[in-house]
Amino acid sequence: MIGVLNQVVSGIATGGIYASIALALVMIFLATHQINFAQGEIAMFSTYIALMLIQAGVPYWIAFLLTVTISFTMGMLLQRFVLEPLSNAPILASVGAFLGLLLIFNNIAGWIFGYSLKPFPTPFGAGEPMFGGMISRHEMGSTVVTLAVLVAIWAFFRFTKVGLAMRAAAYNPVSSRLVGIPVARMLALGWGLAAGIGAIAGMMVAPIVFLDPNMMAGVLLYAFAAALLGGITSPLGAVVGGVLMGVIENLAGAYVVGTELKLTTALVIIVVVLVFKPSGLFGKALASRV
Amino acid sequence: MPMLLEVKALHGAYGESKVLHGLDFVVEEGGVTTLLGANGAGKTTTLRAISGMLKTQGEILFAGKPIQGMKTEDITALGIAHVPDGRGTFMELTVEENLRLGSYTRNDKAAIAVDMARMFELFPRLKERLTQQAGTLSGGEQQMLAIARAMLLNPKLLLLDEPSFGLAPLIVREIFDILGRIVREARMSILVVEQNASLALSIADRAYLLETGRIMMSGTAADIAKDESLRRSYLGY
Repeated sequence: MIGVLNQVVSGIATGGIYASIALALVMIFLATHQINFAQGEIAMFSTYIALMLIQAGVPYWIAFLLTVTISFTMGMLLQRFVLEPLSNAPILASVGAFLGLLLIFNNIAGWIFGYSLKPFPTPFGAGEPMFGGMISRHEMGSTVVTLAVLVAIWAFFRFTKVGLAMRAAAYNPVSSRLVGIPVARMLALGWGLAAGIGAIAGMMVAPIVFLDPNMMAGVLLYAFAAALLGGITSPLGAVVGGVLMGVIENLAGAYVVGTELKLTTALVIIVVVLVFKPSGLFGKALASRV
Repeated sequence: MPMLLEVKALHGAYGESKVLHGLDFVVEEGGVTTLLGANGAGKTTTLRAISGMLKTQGEILFAGKPIQGMKTEDITALGIAHVPDGRGTFMELTVEENLRLGSYTRNDKAAIAVDMARMFELFPRLKERLTQQAGTLSGGEQQMLAIARAMLLNPKLLLLDEPSFGLAPLIVREIFDILGRIVREARMSILVVEQNASLALSIADRAYLLETGRIMMSGTAADIAKDESLRRSYLGY
């Protein structure tokens, strides 16, 4: 029984990271109706930037903030110079661009930083696990950070004028321009935020899985499954789906299919959701009258 | 009267198909101007051209300044509110959020609150439905929401695209009564496009008759409404 509880708790910790990446995917999906396959690789690349800063002697939390800022800027620039020019092109052009970005970031990371696994420091200390050995300090810390990020993002979209304008621009760009919202700028902001969230997720997962250019491949798959499970149109669904995915992954790995086949559960969930409930748990079909 | 909007030799096209063939018209400051015409005459396209939603040739002057080639959001920020065809509702957002978006370009919080209260006075139904998802409103309510949203920009010029479209006669009457009140009380100009000519002429000062992208006729609303043959052949009532 303790074992199960253990798996659930540490599942929630990794689930938070999946939730972050899933939220980033959902944000871009709502704005563009496309899945940014490069989301994970951008996060991985950002984590290398963080490692570089830390190795250069920058204190962890300053490196953390710098990395988020750099990633945010990188996301905005990618939108402005890669995706914006394709905004009127057929959908396959964007899909190609996303896959291209995935390969480019992956290869540049390998080229600059090498393909060997690198340890990544945790800011939460390596001391004794907490709550009677239930959860490591890093898992606890990263859960808190992830939760804080998710709450901040929710509050931003819910309560600020810019957040409302970003939602409006995502749902109805034509009407948004007619009330004076600069839609392209909102889209760039969305990309910046998504990249920033990804960077935080990368820095939180790296101490657990070690840093290498393929670090985020698995994470992206779990996050994609999480986003679909929660409903690809629902930010709340992404968060719930992410946590569920983390727990399912752990329980399946420990008791059902074994660690070697863990990743398969993500694929199974993707297929099952798409076949039986494409709108996911929270992505409701929109009610509308004409 | 000084001119708020001057349109000179306006040509417009969607891709290869030309829709506007050299329009000339003006909107006076403080008045209601209406563009009448059948389906496909270019009414909606004319409003879109003013809002910078399609590529045009010719000249569009707003308060004496050329606005052609500007981005839609920048034209809006100058004080041109556009109630588009189809009403442009943000379906997924609440009624309240729809209204807040209307004042997006403004920063005068106190004045926005006053205007918001004024809208609830004009459209009490919107107040009852503040937290409701806007997509669940009826067509008439969505039209009211669209007008209220546009008014919250505190515009100098209000562009209305077929406010009567697809609505029951009773609701249309209600909406035009409210528009009449807005016209009498607010200090702004309105350019309204309508298929329902008698309705539009009832609130307009000046009217233009549009046919396949050209102005066929213009005059005061009263004169146009009186012209028997014109009414029968073009306005159909």
